[in-house]
Amino acid sequence: MSTRLSSGGRLIDRARTVEYSFNGKRLRGFKGDTLASALLASDQMLVGRSFKYHRPRGIVASGAEEPNALVGLGTGARFEPNQRMTTTELFDGLSSASQNHWPSLEYDVGVLNNAVAKFLPAGFYYKTFIHPRAAWKHVFEPVIRQSAGLGRVPKERDADRYEYFYAHCDLLVVGGGIAGLQAALVAGAAGARVLVLEQTAHWGGRAPVDGVEIDGKPAEAWIKASVQALEKMSNVMLRRRTMASGVYDHGYVLADEKVADHTPGDGRPRHRLWRIRAGRIVTATGAIERPLAFAGNDIPGVMLASAVRDYVVNWAVSPGDRTVVVTNNDDAYRTALALKAAGLQVPAVVDARDRADGALPQAARAAGIRVLTGSAIAKAHGGKRLSGVAICAQGGEGNAVTEEIPCEAVAMSGGWSPVVHLYSHCGGKLSWDEAHAMFRPDAARPPTGADGTGFVFAAGAANGALYVQDVLGDATKATIAALQAAGVAEVETVVPAVKAEVEAPMIPIWVMPQGAGPDLRMKMWLDYQNDVKVSDVQLAAREGYESVEHTKRYTTLGMATDQGKLSNINGLAVLSNALNAPIPEVGTTTFRPPYTPVTIGALAGEARGEIFQPLRRTAIHDWHEAHGVEWEPVGHWRRPYCYKNGAEIASAAVNREVLAVRERVGLLDASTLGKILVKGPDAGRFLDMLYTNMMSNLKPGKCRYGLMCSENGFLMDDGVVARIDEETWLCHTTSGGADRIHGWMEDWLQCEWWDWKVYTANLTEQYTQIAVVGPKARAVLEKLGGIEVSGEEFKFMEWREGTLGGLPARIFRISFSGELSYEIATPAGHGRALWDALLKAGEEFGITPYGTEALHVMRAEKGFIMIGDESDGTVIPQDLNLNWAISKKKEDFLGKRGQERSYLADPGRWKLVGLETLDGTVLPDGAYAVADGFNANGQRNTQGRITSTYWSPTLRKGIAMALVHRGPERMGEVLEFPKPDGSSVKAKICDPVFYDKDGEKQNV
Amino acid sequence: MSEPVSISASAPAAAQASAPAPVSALNGASFEGMVKIREAGACGMITLRGNFASEAFVSAVKSASGLDLPGIRQVVRADGMTLGWMSPDELMLMLPYAEVPGVLARLNAALAGEHALAVDVSDARAVFVLTGTRAREVLAKLSPADLAPGHFAEGELRRTRLAQVPAAFWMTGEAEVTLFCFRSVAGYVMGLLTTAAAPGGEVGAW
Amino acid sequence: MLILECPYCGVKAEESELAAGGEAHLKRFGAGSTDEDFEGYLFARKNPKGVHFERWRHAYGCGKWFLAARCTATLEVFGTYPAQTAEPPADLVAKIKQKRPEWEGYK
Repeated sequence: MSTRLSSGGRLIDRARTVEYSFNGKRLRGFKGDTLASALLASDQMLVGRSFKYHRPRGIVASGAEEPNALVGLGTGARFEPNQRMTTTELFDGLSSASQNHWPSLEYDVGVLNNAVAKFLPAGFYYKTFIHPRAAWKHVFEPVIRQSAGLGRVPKERDADRYEYFYAHCDLLVVGGGIAGLQAALVAGAAGARVLVLEQTAHWGGRAPVDGVEIDGKPAEAWIKASVQALEKMSNVMLRRRTMASGVYDHGYVLADEKVADHTPGDGRPRHRLWRIRAGRIVTATGAIERPLAFAGNDIPGVMLASAVRDYVVNWAVSPGDRTVVVTNNDDAYRTALALKAAGLQVPAVVDARDRADGALPQAARAAGIRVLTGSAIAKAHGGKRLSGVAICAQGGEGNAVTEEIPCEAVAMSGGWSPVVHLYSHCGGKLSWDEAHAMFRPDAARPPTGADGTGFVFAAGAANGALYVQDVLGDATKATIAALQAAGVAEVETVVPAVKAEVEAPMIPIWVMPQGAGPDLRMKMWLDYQNDVKVSDVQLAAREGYESVEHTKRYTTLGMATDQGKLSNINGLAVLSNALNAPIPEVGTTTFRPPYTPVTIGALAGEARGEIFQPLRRTAIHDWHEAHGVEWEPVGHWRRPYCYKNGAEIASAAVNREVLAVRERVGLLDASTLGKILVKGPDAGRFLDMLYTNMMSNLKPGKCRYGLMCSENGFLMDDGVVARIDEETWLCHTTSGGADRIHGWMEDWLQCEWWDWKVYTANLTEQYTQIAVVGPKARAVLEKLGGIEVSGEEFKFMEWREGTLGGLPARIFRISFSGELSYEIATPAGHGRALWDALLKAGEEFGITPYGTEALHVMRAEKGFIMIGDESDGTVIPQDLNLNWAISKKKEDFLGKRGQERSYLADPGRWKLVGLETLDGTVLPDGAYAVADGFNANGQRNTQGRITSTYWSPTLRKGIAMALVHRGPERMGEVLEFPKPDGSSVKAKICDPVFYDKDGEKQNV
Repeated sequence: MSEPVSISASAPAAAQASAPAPVSALNGASFEGMVKIREAGACGMITLRGNFASEAFVSAVKSASGLDLPGIRQVVRADGMTLGWMSPDELMLMLPYAEVPGVLARLNAALAGEHALAVDVSDARAVFVLTGTRAREVLAKLSPADLAPGHFAEGELRRTRLAQVPAAFWMTGEAEVTLFCFRSVAGYVMGLLTTAAAPGGEVGAW
Repeated sequence: MLILECPYCGVKAEESELAAGGEAHLKRFGAGSTDEDFEGYLFARKNPKGVHFERWRHAYGCGKWFLAARCTATLEVFGTYPAQTAEPPADLVAKIKQKRPEWEGYK
């Protein structure tokens, strides 16, 4: 069983116990424990089940590379699935639960998959669930979905807050081991702005565990001194618990700081996503140990040699009384020695190499440890925990077992792989290193930045400097190169001497034993989480998968939440052997961000709840909210759709509002309309290019409706233009179009007609604009007093400015409803006051605030088009019978040439008409009018479609506007519009102006 | 009686002087967390566009504001007037709200015959003041600009984005930042600032 | 995410502060132009793997449009310049030619 040793543990504080729970069991650990170390100390060897076969899984690693030890962490609003125990710091009250089993971790029904594993090879799902086609949707998928997946999705709204932090630096150092600290010391002393990120809570990385000496002192002392020196430098910033997840173009790096994961509910943001702009990046991300592929290497108790060492040295955890070390290199002997030093038994070091006589093996022998060279583990025994291993010769097939060794743990080492992820994310290339059987960053082919030169520099073990004696020198070299690339010429460096045992070369071992047959290969795990075995990769190769990218997706190797940190190189080597091609020729799969999973809350940052996206409010927003408003989103604006009186339903409110305006007077918050001031000697000429009609000949004091088209000729915006003075026009745009049209104007002024003397200013938000509409509109304004509004003095399509009820006002006499109508602009600071004054003045006339839907109904009754309803980016003004608004005198305007193209000039286009249903009902929005016959796809031919459709309370019937093939030539014809329920509606083509054709009401 | 048609580009501002006090977007709302945040109420703002190389433009600005043109991305202040560089042909003149009509009239008179644009935008914006040594940190949670000491200092006006909306800000002291955004998103910006400045959010970066 | 220096205000703006505007130096063909010219203006766009001239707007900054010469494959930025020009500045073209001798040149 695994236990806590009675002494030692450099990271734990035995004076401070921490209470936590696992699967409902209350347990105790120490401050400084990870959840993994604490559980191991409590003999919790079984921590989860694998994805496909539901095999028992134990802790394999001690850090971010852990594939098995995933838990659901926390409860309720702080529950998060798939958290790695090895990177979870223990805190009081931590609650965790294992995943992917039913009904319990110990007794999992899904393990039946394991019994039939022989029949679930790579590609099983693809091959099996193809026929019959319908079965996938109705039978296979629901069943597979039920049994698949790891953790549960959180059900409650996240209780925590998250935030971004934008940071800028000359040099970003990723990794706070001795290589990273050395890089920071060098760059800090050179005066560069340095940011150092360490993903764990501790500086120094592996060096203190490995018994390294730096500058004649234990590594720990050098680390402490270095951190203190760096903390004193004002140009250096140090962050722990911050994982650099990805490197992107032009030195952009994302890093996830776990601010309060270990102190939940303390008021701090849970995570902070650092959005870093780095001039250059040094990746001192270390290396990850590789497992060895022997039969039964997934049984709980089989761990990485480095992890065993970490648990013993850092957390004083014994993985078991007897640990067999199996290796192809010298480094793993450090684990044997550490176990021995802790008073534990190491029955044997099983070394696949024929000779092991370096300093470390000799030290092991001297410590009384048996070293079996040229040997392999033929098979590990056990179920939910390891019981022993069978030893054989590495050279054979594994049938001739030389010895059975009972043990509780195996510490395995297949060599080390540099963490090249960040170097690779943005295009850095790798080269194959034969000596260490690893891919290492190729400094000649780095990722390149904005200036075309390399911007990521790998340092230390991440650069393939696996022997600790070489690490500080390598880090110094990388840092100098990075600084020089950033333009820092003078760099003074001190490289402290590092002392450690010299290691003899490793030999690559991809399968153990070398000649293992199919039965053994079926039990050799490559990817623990996704259950990919040596036999699966070999099968893929036999079936013709040659590309590593295809093999990965076919077998799902490396596609689990650990993204193949342990399995990648081993799987690749197995594939290359099966293909009989050298490893560098087969290549690696692409490394993509994030390095480890980033919680979605961190990616969202502050954008949630009220500030998920900007909400634009007019000055009258609060009044609307207090008066039964139903909102309609228009861009980021919220506009009143209608105002409901008590229990009134929306459609009733709309009908009431329409009739109130038609019969008395209504009030509309039109503040969202775009208002762009255009001024200059060339402003008239400019607007003549922008609008399809003439604006230069508009007289000051007058208004004119205008259309804007794209260069394609298609209608893009419309609105009323008022001429303010000789050089100044005010252009109204649609609510959604203000920013776009202002940008459109500036684009032409800056990039095409830059010699024209025109200035624009977007005044949309300067004014509250209120429309007072209806037969009593004039009476309301007269009551407020100020600007003269009599029909003789102030005619339709004119504007005036002055005061209204004592408030500054500019009034436009324009109408979008066909009624007598005034739109009043006042500076937004007076907007609410004006609204209140109008409501009060209008009280005796029955003034009724109305929303966008009433506005739409009334404009449709008048046959006025709406951008986005009658236009959709493929409609030209001519389609809408707006030829009257297209100048024939002007030589050119934007869109003119486009509209001259043959298919836009074709008389057979769909054109705007009105529609009246024969039965008076409302046509469905967007419905198509069918024509005779079928098209090539067997669909009914069509001859038109509805663009707007409403119930007209004024006319008491359904009215609609539609684009119909040669529509205006076909007045009186009846069209048929099928509905989704199979029935259809008949409607007669008519004039789109349903109401007050002669405009008598708006011209009073 | 009928009012004559005004032909000034200065909008209905002419009558503003006698109008009741305007209401700013958030009516002076405030918050206290890592820093103190206060919506500054109604502030006067005039957008000025013109040719910075023109002597007539420069002297018109000087005569109306008492200030010389700021350099690129700079902001200059004196006697209650603040003049910020917005773009190669645009300035923002900030002044007490009530003074806008008078200054605008002076500007327009001085700019007669010059191709330029001066327009009141006081009501189109909301102004916030952040007070406290962590003001930089609060903004650095929302803006991609480099706000580290030594990289952003008093005298510079930065136009950038705050989360999803445009904004501009400048330091009005080592522990004070003035910021403006469009009026319609004042509530959103207040939400951003209060979230970023919530107690416990100290980054400790600078 | 790119960083481009706005040639007007000098801000080294990141992509989130900018708006992309497609190919630079298009010559406008308006009313009366031939079908071929108009088609080229409206639809034909270069799509090189390599040196490309593009329009960008400093949308969250000074609001100005500027032009950038950039490698679409490596994202190397050769330079940015004001939009008020019908073709790239000669010194920028020379600089690119020096860095990319195989480049066929502008147009």
